[in-house]
Amino acid sequence: MAVSGAGAPAEPVMDLAPQRGPGRITAALRDIGAGLALWRLGLALGWLDIKLRYRGSILGPLWLTISTAVMVGAMGVLYATLFHMDLHKFLPFLSLSLVLWGFIGGVVNDAPTVFTQAAPLVMSIRMPLFVHVLRMVVRNVLVLLHNVIVIVVVFALYGTRPHETLTIAPVLALWLLDAGAIALLFGTLGARFRDIGPIVASLMQIFFFVTPIIWPPEMIFVGRQYMLLNPFFPVLEILRGPLLGESVRASIWLAAGVHSVVLWALALGLFCRMRARIAYWI
Amino acid sequence: MALISVEGLDITFPLYHGNSRSLKRTLAAAVQPARNAPSAHLQQDARDRVVVQVLHDISFRLNPGDRLGLIGSNGAGKTTLLRALAGIYEPVAGRVRVSGTVGALLNTNLGMNVDLSGRENIRLRGLFHGLTRTRIAAVEQDVQDFAELGTFMDMPVKTYSSGMLVRLAFGLATAITPQILLMDEWFLAGDAAFMTKARHRLEALVDRAEILVVSTHQPEVMQAWCTRVLWLDGGAIRMDGPPDMVLPAYLAR
Repeated sequence: MAVSGAGAPAEPVMDLAPQRGPGRITAALRDIGAGLALWRLGLALGWLDIKLRYRGSILGPLWLTISTAVMVGAMGVLYATLFHMDLHKFLPFLSLSLVLWGFIGGVVNDAPTVFTQAAPLVMSIRMPLFVHVLRMVVRNVLVLLHNVIVIVVVFALYGTRPHETLTIAPVLALWLLDAGAIALLFGTLGARFRDIGPIVASLMQIFFFVTPIIWPPEMIFVGRQYMLLNPFFPVLEILRGPLLGESVRASIWLAAGVHSVVLWALALGLFCRMRARIAYWI
Repeated sequence: MALISVEGLDITFPLYHGNSRSLKRTLAAAVQPARNAPSAHLQQDARDRVVVQVLHDISFRLNPGDRLGLIGSNGAGKTTLLRALAGIYEPVAGRVRVSGTVGALLNTNLGMNVDLSGRENIRLRGLFHGLTRTRIAAVEQDVQDFAELGTFMDMPVKTYSSGMLVRLAFGLATAITPQILLMDEWFLAGDAAFMTKARHRLEALVDRAEILVVSTHQPEVMQAWCTRVLWLDGGAIRMDGPPDMVLPAYLAR
């Protein structure tokens, strides 16, 4: 499929024809596989995106850390006063929530343009589309890593200790998988319908207030059972709970799993069907 | 062994943006008498979408040693055919089979990111081709020497003059030798001094490539390089044969 480097043992063969049914699935999975094989390129592209954004700035990507620290500090003091909360408990919660939501929001807002932004590259060479997904995920992970510093400082200041740390690594892997699915799903939709970007951006604003991010989940009593329907809450909670040293209910784990499976099914279904058309749209 | 085989290739572009219904109505009168005229035309597909037919029923086969020239007026589908051969546009109908490594010199900036420096763009290209760090460094040196960029190697590409940009793109594109070379006409543009230098390098590349497909408006380039010429007209093959046969017919049209 992809063009391999000089000196490759077997000659690459590209055989393209309109596909139906299983052929589409194979072609889509091959795209994802070839994209993953180019992980070094995805990594370099994602890193250069961050570097470019802060080229010419003195503090560079450190601004990510600083702006998050400022936001956490300001919001923490404000909301702790408004809600009459204990800063010792609230600030670790808020810093973790805001940083994790920053990642979710970054991924979801970047997703609709993941293919359209790569148009010059797509038009000049045949390249697995999944490379652009990798690039976007890498870019957002790098932003997240800069913001993790804020969490570490706040946790150290207030002595917050994570527990059930065994689940953290698999949950992080699930987050990366879900980020990939979001990029495939909204990236494909966004290449075809240019309104997806603004729609997603305004919906994310609502989800920011509806999801327990600046307010703790314990604060809600009425309609509590519906919170599991919010696609962001369970996935957020299975990472946030253990990190804050709280245990997470089984129903939340289940909901997180169900949401992820549904997300991947939708993303793969759409990508399999539309992969070959994306170049025509952008 | 490199091989290109195209069977019954159709490429149509959907017209989504804007109100295609009203667009259709506006254009209906203009298109109707020209339905069979030799230009890309609007049609409706099975799902009642308005589409532009860019390539229709293209078939040919290229073996090692073949040098194919694409000729035709603007909008005849030359660039789209090159993109289809590169695997960028997958066939809407028909089949495209290409075996061998493909080098595609299609648009002026080769998909380079103009905010990145020349060096960074070269590195990305190397990573795409799966080159090792040492190979990438070698390519960097090669391109730097050829393009005479000097300190501009570490400046954003958008600060380059158009001449520097062409030199960089050219050096980069010709640093990695493919078995099949697909080339759009812009590559043959450039100032005289550069062309003399570029010509040698390009000819070496063309010689090493097993198959060449080049699209150009310049009959003399075609005469010198190609063993076969495909005349595209309105997305279909008008004539296919050796340059001595096709070129006079094309020029006399």
